[in-house]
Formats: sequence, structure tokens, C-alpha cells
Amino acid sequence: MSQYVLRRLLIAVPSLLAISLVLFVVLALAPGDPFSELATNPNVPPEVQAALRAKFGLDDPIYLRYLHWLNAMLHGDWGFSFVSRMNVDTLILQRLPATLYVIGSAQVLALLIAIPVGVYAATKPYSLFDQIANTLAFVGFSLPTFFTGILFILIFSVTLDWLPFVYTTDIKATGIRWVLEMIRQAIMPVAVLGLFQAASMTRFVRSAMLDVIRLDYVTTARAKGLGQTTVIVKHVMRNAMIPVVTLIALQMPAVFGGAIVTEQIFRIPGIGSLLISSILSNDTPVVMAVTFVFACLVVLFNLIADVLYGWLDPRISLR
Amino acid sequence: MAPLLEIKGLKTHFATDDGILQAVDGVDISINKGETLCVVGESGCGKTVTAMSILKLIAMPPGRIAAGQIIFEGRDLVPLTSNQLDEIRAKEIGFIFQEPMTSLNPVLTIGEQIAESLRRHEAVTKKQALERTIEMLKLVQIPNAEGRVHNYPHQFSGGMRQRVMIAMALACKPKLIIADEPTTALDVTIQAQILDLLQDMKDRFGMAVMLITHAMGVVAETAQRVVVMYAGKVVEEAPVDDLFGDPRHPYTQGLIRSIPRIDLDSEHKTRLEAIGGSVPILINPPVGCRFAPRCKFAMNVCTEKEPLLREIAPGHRMACHLGDPNLGAAS
Repeated sequence: MSQYVLRRLLIAVPSLLAISLVLFVVLALAPGDPFSELATNPNVPPEVQAALRAKFGLDDPIYLRYLHWLNAMLHGDWGFSFVSRMNVDTLILQRLPATLYVIGSAQVLALLIAIPVGVYAATKPYSLFDQIANTLAFVGFSLPTFFTGILFILIFSVTLDWLPFVYTTDIKATGIRWVLEMIRQAIMPVAVLGLFQAASMTRFVRSAMLDVIRLDYVTTARAKGLGQTTVIVKHVMRNAMIPVVTLIALQMPAVFGGAIVTEQIFRIPGIGSLLISSILSNDTPVVMAVTFVFACLVVLFNLIADVLYGWLDPRISLR
Repeated sequence: MAPLLEIKGLKTHFATDDGILQAVDGVDISINKGETLCVVGESGCGKTVTAMSILKLIAMPPGRIAAGQIIFEGRDLVPLTSNQLDEIRAKEIGFIFQEPMTSLNPVLTIGEQIAESLRRHEAVTKKQALERTIEMLKLVQIPNAEGRVHNYPHQFSGGMRQRVMIAMALACKPKLIIADEPTTALDVTIQAQILDLLQDMKDRFGMAVMLITHAMGVVAETAQRVVVMYAGKVVEEAPVDDLFGDPRHPYTQGLIRSIPRIDLDSEHKTRLEAIGGSVPILINPPVGCRFAPRCKFAMNVCTEKEPLLREIAPGHRMACHLGDPNLGAAS
């Protein structure tokens, strides 16, 4: 098992290298660079600009710049943000907790809704409950988060004034008040993102359950007189969760991507809004670092999916 | 003596998009204590649905027991809820399914799958259940039972899995075992082993066996009494010797003639006879005898009036207008 994980991590190295190369080239080919702002600033003489460009190696050929970047990365130097005037790794670490908090809670919420609802709907297909769940799920994943987000803000912040619509990291409170405030301001983004995730996940859980519920071994389990709950939980769910776990793990990178939109709507100072603002201000080192972090997440969650798969399904041996 | 299980006028219907499918339409079957009863018929004749109806293992909906009684030890099972039936499932009536490859849960060890039945129905500890499970595996001749008990189904061959299924069905020592084509999915040499094993277990525990099959060879080898089903109805019922010695229903005769004979020398060998046509679709079946369209002896009355089961010799009943004294000259 640990050998398998180790080997998979080693295999991930070349793919991450390839990903970083592609990212780097694409960003290098994109118009604009961190110094384009200086070019239009009359207070900076052209020779200073040229000296700066030379100092940071911006006029070197792409491959040299890539090797520089790679070398720096390997030494733990993620680069320097020209816009924020701080190190990229500090910047990412500053922004990451908010993102993890919101996305993590949203995923937990999605699972807490999707699994019970999907499972129960599958045990009573085409019942009233199933029909309502299906309709809501359909509505849920048809409505984009930027729409529901704004709708929520309109209802709960503007009209009812129950919840704050701007997420802040510097809450002026301590102790339990701070915790409550953190929860209060996360309710809307978590609900928007979580419900959206839950909608598609519910459909998936339901169909995975229905696939298994008709199989012969479920009839065998019923013939043992085990009772509906045991049959569903022990014999159906255990098998139905195998594809669901894979889907959730593989969806995680997309969830981070989707969170970018939510972070923009609720002004969450997370990694997604960092990516957007750095793209807008041509802050290449930050864009590079954030996209690379996303790439690492993809590789990581693929690995987690495979490990979970092997753990859930004894027919798959990880060697 | 009252029979162990008595099915009376069972009708199991399925709602489909094209109408009500009458998979089982008025079946009477009874099984005595310690008896082996074979239910034969071709695919789609309602054998499996009849068996599954006993413990309500059919999907409901779309399935529905429309009429009839299933009396087990004097108690009608039809009105019972699924929860009430759970007390009888595995404990009183054990089930062996057709497909050993798909009838075991792939993510649980076989030991767990046998033991959970024991733990459900008997007051045993986890350890006792494990011991009993190993004992059962030894009984069905699984080599190295102590080690194999922790294996998963995919680590067993088809024949071994069917042994596991038998061990599972027998674990709570039920009074009746329903085996739904237990050998169909296995190759011939394994088939014989499994049938021998079933016979062995039956002798050891003295339970009754309801063996569902479409193989007449299996019937001849194992049964004491035989019920022949066709298109959701019982067409003939007889002790095994009578059925093979003096088959009366044209369908039974056809079934017996379609058994390949190895005992005849080459000049007596003829082309194997097959029954032409196929089983009718059981949505709005035609009036009269359901076998009439395929029957060589069909008369006018056969498409007008349904033949009822009548006793033609002690313990030998059949449903055919042929030789019916009440029809007079028509026969």
C-alpha cells in the first residue's frame, strides 16, 4: 500500500513537470507582463525599466526563464508578487485558509445532503419523495452559483439583513463571538456552493444506488432476512459508494475552480479571488503559482481516489 | 399430514408498460417435510417467480401477489409484511440462487456473508458465528475453511461460490431449501458435485428441498415428486417415476423426448425432438390452454376452454383436455 502510494507520487513528478512547462509557456506567450505597468509610468525612465527587466530576466528566452523558475521552485522560492510586494508563498498561505474553510464546509454540506437524500430516493424510486428530490436537484444544478449567490445576497443581506454579504478575515471579536461571526459570514457562500454540489451529487448517488439495488447479491441479502436498513446500508451503499467516492475525489479540482466564482461574489479573500486579481493585474508569478497549486491538487485527488477505490473494493489490489 | 409448504392458487403479476404480465397464474404446489420436489419448465414459465413469491423476494412494485395463499407450517405468508417475513427468511426457508458469480456481495468476505445470517437469527456472539461459519464451510467441503473464511467472493471459482451459497442457505438449518437452478451456471462435472452435495445436506439435516430446474436430467437424478410448469401454470404433477414412465401432458412428453439419449445404439438413434414455437407472452394470454398453439394434439376445445388440473392416477395430476372423460367424444 505505502509502496503503491510512493510509486504513484513518483509517477506524478514527470506529469507535474509537464503541466508546469505548459503553464509557463502559455503564460509567457500571453500578452503583458508584470512590468507593463511601469512602461506607461512616465516617472520611470526607460533605462531603469530595461535594467529591471534584465535583472529579473524577463528578456531571456523562455526555456531559460522556465529553468530559472523551476530551480527556484525546487529551492522553495515561489517567486515574488510585483503587485502585492510580497512573496508568493506567503500570499498563497494567507489566502488558502479562507478557501479551504469555505470549500471544505460546502463539500461536507453537499455530502450530508446528497447521501441521505440520494439513498432514500433510490429505495423508493418514483415515489413522491423521489420526484421532489429529483426536481429540486434538477433546479439546483441548472442554476449557476453566480445567480443563486446574488439571489441569496438580495434576500438574506439586502432585504432581510440577516447575514453579512462581504466576507472579512479581520473580524473584530474574540472567543466565541469570533467563532459565531466566522460561521455567520460563511453561511451564504457555503450554502450556495454546497447546494450546487449537492444537487448533482444527489442524482449521482441515486443512480449509483439504483444500479446496485437490483443486483443479485442484494436479493441474496434480502433472502437472509436482514431487514431493509441492513440490506441498504451494508449491501447496497457500500457498493454504490465506490463510484461516488471516485466522482467526488475527481470533482474536487473542479470544485476549487467553481469556488473562484463564489469567492468573487461574496468577496472571500481566498485563493480563487487571488487568481482572478492576479490575472487582471498581470501578476504572472502569482498566476503561475496558483495554477500550479491547482495542478498539484488534481494529481493529489486522483491519487486519493485510487487509494480509496482500493480500500472500498477488495477486487482491486494496489500494487 | 399437512404439507410443510402449500401454495394455493398463487397469482403473481407484474405491471409493465404494455399491461399486466401474468407471470404466475394460479399455481398450486405443495411440499412435504423432508421431500425433494422438482419444479421444471422452460425459461419464462414462472418457476423462479413462484419461488421468489414465497419469500416476497420479487421487486414490488412492479411485482404483486394478486391472489392465492402460501401456507408454511399452517401460516399464510402472503399477508405478512417484509419485516415479519424476515423472521422466516433464512431461518425457516433458505434460498440458493442461480448465479453464484453474482449472488455474493463482492465487497464482503464470504465469512461475513454467512455469519450475518447466523447473527441475525440466532443469539450467537461474533466468535461463535465465525466458528459456526467455518463448520458450515467444512461441511460443504471447502478446503482450508479456516483460511478461506476471510476471502472475498472473487477469490473463489463458480463451483466453490455455489458451495458457499449452500453453506449460507443452510447456516440457520432451515426446514425448507429453495434452490433456483443451482447448477445452471456451472459446468457439467461441477453440476454433479453440487447436486450430490445438496442431496448429502438434505440427508444430514432432513430438510425439504424445492429444486427449480429446466434440466430433465437433474430431475430424474434428484426428485421424488415433479411439478411441470408451462406459461405460469402447473400442467402436470407426478411422482418422479410416473412422470418419466407415463408422462401424460403433451408438454411433459415433449420435454422428456427432448433429453438426449446416450443409451441407444446408433441404429435406434433419431434426431432429437424439439418442441416447436416458444413460450407465449403472458400479457393478455389467450383463453383456453396456453400450450395449444405448440401442441400436436390441439383440438377445438383447447382454444376455447382452459383445461383444469385433474387427478388421473394417485398423486398424478395434469391439466389437459386429452382423454378427459367429461369431454366425451371430443377426445
